[in-house]
Amino acid sequence: MLTKKQLFTRGMLDISPHMLSVIPFGIICGAIGVELGFHPYLVYAMSFIIFGGASQIVFLQLLSGGASSLVAVASVGIINSRHLLYGAVLSEYLEKLSFIKKLLISYVVVDQGFAESNKFFKKNRGEEFLHYHLIGTGCTMWVCWQIATLSGIVLGSFVPDELGLKFAIPLTFIAIVVQDLKKLDHVIVMITCGLSSLLFFDAPFKSYIIISPIIALFVAALLLRLKK
Amino acid sequence: MTLTAIIFAGILTYFTRMTMIALISRDMLGDKIKAVLEYVPSAVFPAIIFPGIFISDFGTFIEMNDPKIFGALVAVIVGYFSKNIIATISAGLISYWFLIFVVFN
Repeated sequence: MLTKKQLFTRGMLDISPHMLSVIPFGIICGAIGVELGFHPYLVYAMSFIIFGGASQIVFLQLLSGGASSLVAVASVGIINSRHLLYGAVLSEYLEKLSFIKKLLISYVVVDQGFAESNKFFKKNRGEEFLHYHLIGTGCTMWVCWQIATLSGIVLGSFVPDELGLKFAIPLTFIAIVVQDLKKLDHVIVMITCGLSSLLFFDAPFKSYIIISPIIALFVAALLLRLKK
Repeated sequence: MTLTAIIFAGILTYFTRMTMIALISRDMLGDKIKAVLEYVPSAVFPAIIFPGIFISDFGTFIEMNDPKIFGALVAVIVGYFSKNIIATISAGLISYWFLIFVVFN
């Protein structure tokens, strides 16, 4: 049985390699916000209040492009709706927690944290304080994201554009799913999702980001039926 | 004005995070749904990966000889065999930089 502290540390360690892509991306996000002409405090407030990488850039780009607040808010909601799927997966492991703890822990659920904690949860179902792993991944992400976006806001885009560091984001997610390429059913689901995301890329409110997972999960359900 | 919008966007985002964790209990999800949810990482992350590679900053499809495609392939191969996140990201970035700064320069 691992202690709370051990689980928290394990979570920190499991997510920290992803900071290689998260930190440059955070700096870019902060810098873009200021470049688009928004007040530095507002740009930072987003990292604290929304705390959702790509959705923050989209929000500012839409507003500066003349879109209404309603459109910008709706787009953030739709981009981040993928968290509903993460929550559905995590709920199984968090159900013993009190309602208040569930409310608090929810704030730090992020893509990479979900991915790494979910992997850990699957292998260590018996642990009593599993949620400390999720707190570890989430808090690491939170601290790094705040520092990175703040640096971008204060220092501007000191990361040269030519480096194309935004490309580190797809790479981080490749690192997360690459081992599942061993399983044919997962490969089919991934390709379905990927192709759908390109097909629906121009759908309104960036909704490709939730449309393609839904299509891919339907395909997964079909595959499960075929397997039987 | 913008701050109000940010707060609404934040509340909405928080609800996407909290809803399923706080309001769903194990009994509400049947075994079939749980089996499908096993696929969530494979069903969600390619929607971040594919556009990140194949769509340019201007929202158009990239050319088939774009360095990002090569960088992504290298990352997949290195990631598959090394099982190491830092190696995967670095390999992808370095091969991408090699192409844009050395080969295509």
